[in-house]
Amino acid sequence: MTSSAPHAQLGHTYLIDDVSHVFPGTDVEALKNVTIDVKPGSFISFIGPSGCGKSTLLNAMGGLLEPSHGRVLMNGNSIDGPPDGVGIMFQKATLLPWRTTIENVLLPIELRDGAKAAKDHTDAAMAIINTVGLKGFEHAYPGELSGGMAQRAAICRMLITEPDVLLLDEPFGALDELTRERMDIELQSIASARGATVVLVTHSIPEAVFLSDVVYAMSARPGRISEVIEVDLPRPRDMDTLNLPEFAHYVGRVRTALNKGHEVDNH
Amino acid sequence: MSVESEPPLTKDTKLTTTKPGKRQKNPSALGRGVMAISRWFNALPQAMAVAIVILTVLISWELIVRVGGISIIILPSPTNVGSELLIVFSQLAPGGFLAGELWTTIQEILIGFGLACVVGFAIGLWVGQTKFGQKAVMPLFVALEATPKIAFAPVFIAWFGFGLSSKFVMAAFMSIFPVIIGTAAGLAATTEDELKLFKSMKAKAWDVFWKLKMRRALPFIFAGLKIAIVAALTGAIAAEFIGGGIGFGEQIRLASTRLALDRVFALIFILSMLGILLFSLVAWIQNRVTFWDRPDMRLGKKGKKKSLSVTS
Repeated sequence: MTSSAPHAQLGHTYLIDDVSHVFPGTDVEALKNVTIDVKPGSFISFIGPSGCGKSTLLNAMGGLLEPSHGRVLMNGNSIDGPPDGVGIMFQKATLLPWRTTIENVLLPIELRDGAKAAKDHTDAAMAIINTVGLKGFEHAYPGELSGGMAQRAAICRMLITEPDVLLLDEPFGALDELTRERMDIELQSIASARGATVVLVTHSIPEAVFLSDVVYAMSARPGRISEVIEVDLPRPRDMDTLNLPEFAHYVGRVRTALNKGHEVDNH
Repeated sequence: MSVESEPPLTKDTKLTTTKPGKRQKNPSALGRGVMAISRWFNALPQAMAVAIVILTVLISWELIVRVGGISIIILPSPTNVGSELLIVFSQLAPGGFLAGELWTTIQEILIGFGLACVVGFAIGLWVGQTKFGQKAVMPLFVALEATPKIAFAPVFIAWFGFGLSSKFVMAAFMSIFPVIIGTAAGLAATTEDELKLFKSMKAKAWDVFWKLKMRRALPFIFAGLKIAIVAALTGAIAAEFIGGGIGFGEQIRLASTRLALDRVFALIFILSMLGILLFSLVAWIQNRVTFWDRPDMRLGKKGKKKSLSVTS
């Protein structure tokens, strides 16, 4: 169910306006005065140490959490529960072990429109499964998949509803470095093929730089944006991009920003 | 077998015993002999290992009775029990009078178990899914579980009479607690990640319950059911002992008043077979329903594993 709102004319997909959040029963400021706008079709990353509120921010954008202060607008509308046209993916694949790969992929359709609609989407699911290289595993159970394959299945599950906004919470954080790089390249091609707006939460500086148009460096206690780094590297980016001096330059800038945030945190 | 407290060389302690060369101390000749025998026993196939234990027990039992000259009234020998078992089998044949008694007991067990399943599941939902149930109802059942439930048998006979109903109520009473615990624990087994996933997909409450929580709960529920079915058997027999003059329990009571211990043993053997059969039936259903929870699932259904072709 893609939202038909003409975001291009609105100028932003997300508008995050002075958002702060304190978890009930604590006095920890998970987020403090965060203001961002996310342009349609752009790829942005939140990066920072644990406790900087990056996942909280992503959950607020996904309608899984209501911030205690401020507004989160998507396509001009305030968010009340998970919005249509948004696909979310977490660090764990969280596949249901009693369902085969394709049954897991079809779960969002089944929950939204019923079992018959899910059956009608079988071909669409197979097509997505093929593009992520899981062909031949559609009838395998999650117990038979490796970590990387499980995350691919989770990507398929996210894409089956054809979302035009992807919210990714450390999607490849549990994978080894080489698998992660390959998955990053796949993610980039999926996002650009769909023209999707992507928000990525990550711990990895190279991953953030490699994928993003804009990297938001965050610092903890209180969680806030400490620096905004626009990454101007040509697309599509590939393995060679990782060796460019400009790439190293951006990685250095993000690292400096994060270290600065850390010093502020410690003073 | 030398059970030394040296740190195991590998995680699998069985492996360390098969690699004596890696041991630090040099065991004596006696120690080596014991280890060799122990290795031989450990390497036996399970069926043969079980057969050896059973045969050893039966032969020792037979010898003790014969050599010790123990009266059949005190302890019948395996051969006494065996010949009585043949009589019991003939009485269990279709139309035989024991067949009717066994059927009575099976009915009590199945009705009682069914009752425990339905009511136990409902209470499990209540206890597992509501704060009130958790706080107020659960402690009650824990207290009840700590009580010797068998003591309630006369109460049920007073309430439900000498017929079938007092027996299956007792069977249900004995078997309901594991169903409650299994259901309540199972419904709590759903992870935060899974709930968050379903929330992000805007799942309806019914779908969260039916397509997630219930599925997650099934292995726990079945673990409870396997305990419950055996408890139902105990409950039915106990109630038959107390009164009513029906069922297999009554037959055991009668045989024991006649001091026919060989018959008592033969009847117990039949009950043991019944218990194993009922337990296996539940275990078989469990394996079919929660196939994904079996340890061998990781080997794959088709028994072959393809390697992932990486598309980059």
